[in-house]
Amino acid sequence: MNRRRKMLTGLVALLVVAAAMPHTTPFLLMLFTRILILAILAMSLDLLLGFTGIASLGHAAFLGLGAYMTAILAVRYQFGLGWDFWLVAGFGMLLGAGTAAVFAVFALRARGVYFLMITLALSQCVWGLAYRWDTLTGGDNGLNLPSRPVLGPIQLGNDTAYFYLVLAFFSASLLLLYVFVESPFGRSLVGIREHESRMRMLGYNVWLHKYIAFIVSGAFAGLAGVLWAHASSEVSPQDVTLTTSVDALLMVVLGGPGTLFGGVLGAVIVLLLREYLSTIVPWWPYVLGAMYIVAISYLPDGLLGTLRQRWRPAPVADAPSPEPLRRESNKGFNINQGGIK
Amino acid sequence: MDARFWLLQVFNGVSYGALLFLLGSGLSLIFGVMRIVNLAHGSFFLIGAYIALSVIRFTGSWLLAIPLAALVIAVIGMGIERIFMRPLGGDHLRQVLLTFGFVLLFQQGALDIWGGDNQFINPPKTLAHSLVLGDIHLPFYRIFIILVAAAIGLVLWLALDRTRVGAIVRATVDDAEMARGVGIDTSRVSMLTFGLGALLAGLGGVIGGGFLGIYPGQDLEVLPLAFAVVIIGGMGSLTGAAIGAIVVGLLDNFGKVLFPQASYFTLYAPLVLLLAVRPTGLFGRE
Repeated sequence: MNRRRKMLTGLVALLVVAAAMPHTTPFLLMLFTRILILAILAMSLDLLLGFTGIASLGHAAFLGLGAYMTAILAVRYQFGLGWDFWLVAGFGMLLGAGTAAVFAVFALRARGVYFLMITLALSQCVWGLAYRWDTLTGGDNGLNLPSRPVLGPIQLGNDTAYFYLVLAFFSASLLLLYVFVESPFGRSLVGIREHESRMRMLGYNVWLHKYIAFIVSGAFAGLAGVLWAHASSEVSPQDVTLTTSVDALLMVVLGGPGTLFGGVLGAVIVLLLREYLSTIVPWWPYVLGAMYIVAISYLPDGLLGTLRQRWRPAPVADAPSPEPLRRESNKGFNINQGGIK
Repeated sequence: MDARFWLLQVFNGVSYGALLFLLGSGLSLIFGVMRIVNLAHGSFFLIGAYIALSVIRFTGSWLLAIPLAALVIAVIGMGIERIFMRPLGGDHLRQVLLTFGFVLLFQQGALDIWGGDNQFINPPKTLAHSLVLGDIHLPFYRIFIILVAAAIGLVLWLALDRTRVGAIVRATVDDAEMARGVGIDTSRVSMLTFGLGALLAGLGGVIGGGFLGIYPGQDLEVLPLAFAVVIIGGMGSLTGAAIGAIVVGLLDNFGKVLFPQASYFTLYAPLVLLLAVRPTGLFGRE
C-alpha cells in the first residue's frame, strides 16, 4: 500500500468508528474509549520497540504518572475539571516526557536483557510510590475522581462526548506519531534498530536519537494516562503494575511492531478478549493466556507483519528481513551483541 | 530504637532474605545458563505452595509435601522449557511475553482449583514455638527458613563448584558456544537447569506458605523481588544470589519499618542506580 492509500484507509476507518459508536450499547462505547486510550499507549511503546528496537518492560510507569497526576489535581485541587482540562492534558505529556528524560539517562546505559530489567525496576519505583505514599495517592485504594471535565456546553460526563474527545486525541496522536516516524529522524531510528554500529560509524549520535525517542514515547504514554484516569474515574496502583506493561507489549507484538497501527489492532484484540469475553464466560483468562502463548509461538511478526508478507510477492533473495526482533532470535546466545559498540 | 529493635529487624530481614534466596537463586541460574527472562517464576512459587497445600490435605504430611510439590513444579518447568521456550532462541522480548501467558494460565488455574481465599500452610507444632533470648522472641520457623536456605545454598555451591556436572553448568554459563564446541549437550543442561530453577521456586513457595501465606496475586508480588535479587547479585552467580537476597530482604524490611511511605521506592531506586552503574550486578559476568 502506498502512503496515500494507507492514510485514506485510516481516515475511512476512523470515520466509520466515529459514526457507528453512538449507535452501540453504552458498554461497547466505554470499551472502545478504553481501547483507543490503550492504543495511544501501545503506539507510544511501538515507537521504542518497533521503530527504535528497544523493548521497555516498564511503560505502565508513564501511564500511571499521567493518571495519578490527573487524579491528584482533580481530587485535591479541583483542577482540570473545566477548560483547564487542556492544561492537564499538556501537563500529562510534559510529566511523561520529563520523567522519561530522567529514566532514559539510567535506562539507556543498559542494553538487551538489562534494559528490560532496568525499565522494570524504574516502573516498580513508580508503583512503589503509588502503593505506599498513601497520603498523596490513596495507597492501595487509589483515588476516585469527582467527575469528568465540563468544557463549556460539552459535558464530558456523557460517555458519548468523552468517546469523541478520546477519538480526537487518538487521531491527533496517530497523525503526530506517523509524521514523526516518517520524518528523517524517524528513519534514522529505524536505521539504529537495523544496524546500530553502522549508524554510529556514519556519524549519527545514537544515544541522543534513542533519548529523544524515549522522551516522545513517554509524552504520549503520559497523555494516555490523563485520558485513562477520566475514563474509569478511578486510579489505583493496579494501573502501574507489571501486568499493564506486559499487556502493552503484547498489543504491539501481536499487532506487529514497527507498524504504528499494529498497536491499535493489538489493543482492540486484547481488550475485546479481556473485557468483552469476561462478560460472557468466567474462564476468559485461559483464552488470554493461550493467546499470549500462541501469538508468540506462531506469529513472530505480529498480525500486520504476517499479512504484509503474504501480500508481498516473492521476496527478493538476500534482502534483509524487515523484522530485526526476529532476526536476533536466531542468534541463540546473542554472541554478536557484544560486538562493536 | 534500641539494640533490641535493630536485632529483631535484622533477623526479620535476613529470614525474609533466606526465602528470597530460594526464589532468586533459581531465577539466577535460569538467567545465567539460558539467558531466559522467566516471568512465570513467581507462578512456580505460588503453584508450589498450593500443591503442597493439597498434598497436606490428602496425606497430612508436611514433610512429604515439600519434596513432592517441588518435584511437580520442576517437571512443569522442564516441560515449558522444552516445548515452548526452546523454539524462541535468545529473544528476550518473546520470552517475556510467552512466560507471561503462563502467568495468566497458572493464575486462573490456581483460582479455579484452590479458590481465592488467603490460605496458610501450618508447619509442624515443633516449629511453631519461638526461641526466647532475654525479652526477644525469635520464631523457630524463621530460623528454620534460614537453615534451609543455608543448606540449599551449600549443596548448590558444592554441586556447582566441586562436581563434574557443576563444571558443565559453569562452562555453559560462561560460554555456551564454546561449551557446545567441546561436546557438552547444552540443550540438556538448559532443560535441567530450568527444572532446577523451577524446583527451587516451588520449594520457596512451600516454605513461604508457612510464613507469608498463600493468596492470589502473590505470584506477581514476589516476582519483582526475585528479579531484584538476581540484578543485585548478577545473573548466574550463586554467591551473588545469596548476597542479593539478604540485601533485598533487609532493604525491604527496613524500608517498611523506617520509611513506610516510600518503602518500595527505597528498594527499587538503589536497584536502578546499581543497574545503571554496573548492569551485570555485583558478581555477574558479561
